[in-house]
Amino acid sequence: MVKEVMKKAEMEKIITALSKEVLKEMGRKNLAIVGIRKRGAILAQRIAQRIARTTKKEIPLGALDITLYRDDFSSIGPQPVVHRTEIPFDLTGKNVLLVDDVLYTGRTIRAALDELIDFGRPEVIKLLILIDRGNRELPIQPDFIGKRLVSRANEMVEVKLKESDGMEEVIIIKRK
Amino acid sequence: MMEWKKKDLLTLEELSKEEIEFILETANSFKEVSTRDVKKVPTLRGKTIVNLFFEPSTRTRTSFELAAKRLSADVLDFSIGNSSVSKGESPVDTARNIEAMKVDCFIIRHPVAGIPKLIAKEVKAAVINAGDNSHEHPTQGLLDLFTIREKKGKIKGLKIAIVGDILHSRVARSNIWGLTKLGASVILCGPPTLIPLGIKHMGVEVTFSLEEAIKKADILYFLRMQKERQDEIFFPSTQEYVQLYGMDMENLKRGKRGLLIMHPGPINRGIEIKSEIADSPASLILEQVTNGIAVRMAVLYLLVGKRGKND
Repeated sequence: MVKEVMKKAEMEKIITALSKEVLKEMGRKNLAIVGIRKRGAILAQRIAQRIARTTKKEIPLGALDITLYRDDFSSIGPQPVVHRTEIPFDLTGKNVLLVDDVLYTGRTIRAALDELIDFGRPEVIKLLILIDRGNRELPIQPDFIGKRLVSRANEMVEVKLKESDGMEEVIIIKRK
Repeated sequence: MMEWKKKDLLTLEELSKEEIEFILETANSFKEVSTRDVKKVPTLRGKTIVNLFFEPSTRTRTSFELAAKRLSADVLDFSIGNSSVSKGESPVDTARNIEAMKVDCFIIRHPVAGIPKLIAKEVKAAVINAGDNSHEHPTQGLLDLFTIREKKGKIKGLKIAIVGDILHSRVARSNIWGLTKLGASVILCGPPTLIPLGIKHMGVEVTFSLEEAIKKADILYFLRMQKERQDEIFFPSTQEYVQLYGMDMENLKRGKRGLLIMHPGPINRGIEIKSEIADSPASLILEQVTNGIAVRMAVLYLLVGKRGKND
């Protein structure tokens, strides 16, 4: 069963509002944005563009692939496909905005934090999430939230973006 | 996207085109790790990888060791010089004994073709063939494919000439399998005594003239003259070999535009290729070495990463 919870117009509005909030809270000085592949990286790019449009200054942008830092390697099964991590600037001293599409158990963010810190020592790291669906397994909370959803373990929350999926929407899929 | 299913990497002969491409794609992601300040990711933390070398090797062993260490695995070095092999133990028994200490992967080089495969059947740990006589050296073939693809943007449709001692070369065999599977055409070039009879059955062209190879090729791949394997006489003198098959600047000018030079190392300067070639912008030799780490990281990740408990 599929339920739509957000449409294109609302997503755009939320992303614009989040960008403004980030600029207001974090300032543009030393700001850098890093997205988690793959949809977090797309969202990071959009937010960086919106902030750059306001400040007329390019924001350093990076993308993390957290596959190599996952904590579920020892569970049996095929290992995930590895993609490239690209951090084309020095993280040390930066105010880093970490971006992902959905926050659930918190394990992806734990891996992303470990990986980020191997690249340098940021002054501060803040977390931006488009959809927070609750059910955390680790003590990790976002600083900027697009929307909160109540979800169950047998449901999947999917964010679709035109760069990766050819369309814009957020849906909940219920597994039997 | 496919998933990796094989326990071992023994030959390129047994891999499909898709499997080879999957390894190259994975290696592409790993290349970035070696450019970081902290050249290490925690992926294979707690895994033990054994270099089991029954034949001396420095660069392949070092490359595997660095690849494993950059994935946070522990590496144990078991070489013939400090082993009980000289006490009469069979290679399979040696491997089983080490496996009893709970290790996850063997990287094996042996002077007899087929030994890595024999061991692979007898142990549960993953086995990577790091060279078995003149049979195969799959990770060398993979890193060469990776380098060609990176430089030329593709492999399909290219002409690659492999020049030198084909007869004794595991590197040549792995490359022939890999290149032909990915749609390149291969020309073998060397003195008739060093080109095995019947090798045309592998779907390659043969020429005894370096001139002809240079004219046709997009890439010239020179093999090392393996002096340690020349217990018989395959050509009259080194000078004659250099005259007929040695590569210099004059030769390079007669090739296609953008002709590239490769060599698996270690190079004998002045024999297969002159210094002016080895150090020229056309040479990919050091990039091959760099790419070797990324390719071996990818192979270790695919073979060792998925294996849960050592049971």
